[in-house]
Amino acid sequence: MSERILSVLVEDKPGVLARISSTISRRGFNINSLSVGPTNIDGRSKMTIVTELESVEQVKKQLNKLINVIKIVELDPDNTIESEVMLMKVSINKDSQTSVIEKANLSGAKSVDVGQDYAVFELTGTSKELKKFENLMKPFGIIEMIRGGRIAIQSNL
Amino acid sequence: MEDKLLSGAELVIRGLEHLKVSTIFGVPGGAILPAYDPLYDSPIRHILARHEQGSGHMAEGYAQATGELGVVIATSGPGATNLITSLNNALMDSTPLLAITGQVATEAIGNDAFQEAYTVGLTMAATKHNYLITDASEIPQVLLEAKHIATTGRPGPVLVDIPKDILNQKAKWIEPKLIDLPGYKPTLDANPKMIQQAVNLIKDSKKPLLYVGGGIIHSKANIELFDLAEKFNIPVVTTLMGRGAFPDGHELCLGMPGMHGNYTATTSIQNSDLLIAIGVRFDDRVTANPEFFAQNAKVIHADIDPAEIGKVRDAEVPIVGDAKSVIKGLIDKLGDTKLETSNWIQEINEMRESYPLTFTQDEDGPLKVPYVLEELQKMSEDDSIVVSGVGQHQMWISLHWKFTKPNTWLNSGGLGTMGYSLPAAIGAKAAYPDRQVLSLDGDGCFQMTCQELITASTENIPLKIVVFNNGNHGMVRQWQKIFYKSRFSASELTHHTPDYVKLAEAMGAVGLRMEQKSEVKDVFEKMLEINDKPVLVDCVVDPDDMVFPMVPAGGSNDVIILNEEDLKKI
Repeated sequence: MSERILSVLVEDKPGVLARISSTISRRGFNINSLSVGPTNIDGRSKMTIVTELESVEQVKKQLNKLINVIKIVELDPDNTIESEVMLMKVSINKDSQTSVIEKANLSGAKSVDVGQDYAVFELTGTSKELKKFENLMKPFGIIEMIRGGRIAIQSNL
Repeated sequence: MEDKLLSGAELVIRGLEHLKVSTIFGVPGGAILPAYDPLYDSPIRHILARHEQGSGHMAEGYAQATGELGVVIATSGPGATNLITSLNNALMDSTPLLAITGQVATEAIGNDAFQEAYTVGLTMAATKHNYLITDASEIPQVLLEAKHIATTGRPGPVLVDIPKDILNQKAKWIEPKLIDLPGYKPTLDANPKMIQQAVNLIKDSKKPLLYVGGGIIHSKANIELFDLAEKFNIPVVTTLMGRGAFPDGHELCLGMPGMHGNYTATTSIQNSDLLIAIGVRFDDRVTANPEFFAQNAKVIHADIDPAEIGKVRDAEVPIVGDAKSVIKGLIDKLGDTKLETSNWIQEINEMRESYPLTFTQDEDGPLKVPYVLEELQKMSEDDSIVVSGVGQHQMWISLHWKFTKPNTWLNSGGLGTMGYSLPAAIGAKAAYPDRQVLSLDGDGCFQMTCQELITASTENIPLKIVVFNNGNHGMVRQWQKIFYKSRFSASELTHHTPDYVKLAEAMGAVGLRMEQKSEVKDVFEKMLEINDKPVLVDCVVDPDDMVFPMVPAGGSNDVIILNEEDLKKI
């Protein structure tokens, strides 16, 4: 099943995230990723919801019924700019230190904090790039990893 | 804007008066107490229920009978949680409801304060929308918005939760105005292109069938529906929620289809080549297994809620819009078209003759519900409002009662809430004191909310109640008999405890009893004569009677069980 990306414009009101997640979970739908943040318009937030649904039409309709949901657009994957931020804490020692930081930098990750036995990297990219980086770092020992949720915007092409 | 400061509580009551609310139902308590004080001076009638669930159903009954907003008020914590069943019930049956609940003071929210419940969270999935008020000045505007959301589009319940400190906070009355709700714009007018496509299908159809439900009643489109059916000779099936949308007794009216629908209605859907579905949602009680439902039919599906279209069955022509606008559009575009449906109607009439709805009432045998219903309808007024509970008696009423007007049949269709009948009937009678309101209930259902009989007596609401007393949870017993080898686990009540006649008397009503055919007429005569008090008839009926026709859950509507003999088919 292929991924579907919904871009949902909502009123920035208390409880709107709870309404949306409850509507989705109530119908037994799974979410791969959900992110939310303010937009350039006052009082409006945007959510990016990534799911793997056959019945995405039904989800869209159910979400549209929520009073605080203004607009739902399903993004065309071939025509979408997508990005996600990740923070990763990797264990290092004297032997591995240079190799870890070098590999990370080559991958485009930024070292944002380095201690005696760990380094924290920040990487922004597509989910594929983040996954690749995770695989790359795995052998050194990932202590902790956080992903910010995928955001996406339609290209004008 | 006036300069005078009002309390949040005063704004609530004034806001309700501004919305032209004349009757509300409720139970007071700590957090909502401030609102009850200005209510004391208000012309709004408050009916004091004995349980919040009852107050919610009363507001639903009021709304279903009138087609207008029903209003219920409750306190925080248990007051709000007790309301939830009625909110969910109203959501499932699209009943316009406004619930106002008190909440603990703003600073106590989230601290597990006395009588605190997370009302907005708990009711999120049981309402169309809900609000938590954070400033008293919002109250008039939110009440107006709440009514707007509850009564427009697909109607439903809206809850407004108000913390106690906000009820005491002073603010100015700002005349509320219906402002734009950016995320709420119900589509009322059907797209003319879709109407044209629908008309093309109708013109090509040999066996069209109107499959209509509660949407017709909410949209007050029964006259238009009548014109559409009559002018173009299209037969009509009315779902449980749509009974009364098209008059029983009319040649084109086939009645209720589905799990306990009559043979002709259910089978006509199966044989149809075009379902014109308006204000229905292809509920599982209608479709049985959707895979086998109306396999030969194309579908035109019109509904005001886009989420209903394609949910269960894909439609060749989906139409989003208000039922009245859709039907008017169809009539208009069909113009002088003559549909050749006489063969189809003949096929249906032959079915009706071969498979009539029947029952047998032995002279000396135990009473059968369909017989009692038939006798009662003969004696009752034409525009009487019938309110049922949930189960066997509900199905028998829907099958055997002749409904000729909309809003005269109130029941809990979607959620199937036992205990709905008595309080909902109280709500209906509060709306229409001069009309006959009949609560026709089961004994299991009645026992769930019977304390509201006290409400009826003390609030001077003289409705009529018939408790079909089979001493059992009848539908449960029927399923146990069919599917669980007659192992009647926990379905037996008793015929005699409580003594319903004494119970009625203890609650300030008149109690009567009938057990045999010879008593039916006299007892009903007595019941109908008493108009200054509620009357309850303990109608002792056969516990072994079963509702037929029947299509077992998940089965095919092609295999209809017509009687006990037929049970061998499954």
